[in-house]
This record gives sequence, structure tokens and C-alpha cells, in this order.
Amino acid sequence: MSPRAAWRLETLGFTRVHDYVAGKADWGSFGRPLEGQRDSNTRVGAHLQTDVPTCTPDESLQDGCERVRTAGFDTCFVVNDRRIVLGRLGRAALASDDDPTVEAVMTAGPSTVRPSLDLSAAIERMRNQNLTNLPVTRSDGVLLGLIRRDVAEHALDRAS
Amino acid sequence: MPTPIDRDELQRLLRDEQAQLVEVLPPDEYEDEHLPGAINIPLKTLDRETTRRLDRERPVIVYCYDTQ
Repeated sequence: MSPRAAWRLETLGFTRVHDYVAGKADWGSFGRPLEGQRDSNTRVGAHLQTDVPTCTPDESLQDGCERVRTAGFDTCFVVNDRRIVLGRLGRAALASDDDPTVEAVMTAGPSTVRPSLDLSAAIERMRNQNLTNLPVTRSDGVLLGLIRRDVAEHALDRAS
Repeated sequence: MPTPIDRDELQRLLRDEQAQLVEVLPPDEYEDEHLPGAINIPLKTLDRETTRRLDRERPVIVYCYDTQ
């Protein structure tokens, strides 16, 4: 729609017309603020937990486990040096006494959500996939944090 | 010819060139949520009259929901 609007403006004589083609979906997916009647407290981004432990694919599992235990988490996201989410270490991997590389035991390509997603949609996805949390990423895959199911449910209860 | 831009360029145009942001979606979608500072001129109503409030000397940035 915006390309047609941009061309329409040109036909109306405007000479400095730009088209933000990715639109407000892109804006919201990067956690940028939006204005309007929609309550931002019912979005994932408002309830994001950012201090989540991460590990890299090439480090040893036990090094990663130690960091996760210290942080008090039961999951760990595997990221590269740009903080792009590559995988996830779940409870089974974190409970293991073996010490392979993280890459050998991670679940690759975990489901992620954007900060602009409605809490209700995030909760539904976690329920359907039997998850207690989901990683939250920007649209370019960079990890922002996680959304916990209990936090999301509580927030939605308060908002309704 | 309209210039496609990304988020970084949008922010630069707003900051450095006082660009004008125009959401071209219908009013209910604009009222629901829009970029800070954006005005609403739905595509179906874009004409000489509705664009009269835009400054022709400054850049105009249009956007909708996504690339669809």
C-alpha cells in the first residue's frame, strides 16, 4: 500500500517522498514505541525479561550449565557473536553430566516471538507448545530477552 | 521517484531533516497504533486537498503495516 501512496504523492507534485516499506510491523518488532489507543501493556515487549543467560555453540555444555544455574534459570539461549538466536538448551540438556559442545545438544531454531506481539497470542503459543517461556527477538533475529508464561498470564489478567 | 528507506534512514530523516511521517492505512488502524508523530492520510483519500497540510519543502515518509 505505501508504494502506491508514495507514487500518488509524486503525482501530486511532492519531490522528496520516501517509503518506509517495512512499516509499523518492523518498527514494533524492534521494540520501538508506538502511539495510539492500543494498550502497550498487553504486548510482549512490556513484560520482557532481558537478563537471560546465553551461551555460544562452541563452548562446553558444562560451562553453559554453570552460568545458567548461577543465573537461576532452567533454559539457555544459544547465540552467535551478533546475539542472533541459533538454538536453545532445555532442561534435559542442562541436567546432563556429559560435556559435549553446546552445539551438539542444543535444540536448533527455537520458536521466537516479537516484542510487538499481543500477550494473548504469545500465551496461546506457549500453551500449544507446552513451553514456560519464549525467546523474544527483533525481526533480524537478535535476542532481546524472554517472555515467561506465568508473567504473561498474570499481566493479561490484570489488564482485563 | 520515491525512495525506499529502512528504519535507520527514517530516524535520520526525522532527526536531521524534520521529515513528515504519514500513515496511509485506514483511520481505525491508525488510531489503534501508529509511529510517534505520524499523521493519518489514508491511501484512498490522498489528493490535493488532504495533502495540503504537508510541507512540500520537507521530506515526506509514507508507511503502512508492512511490505504487503
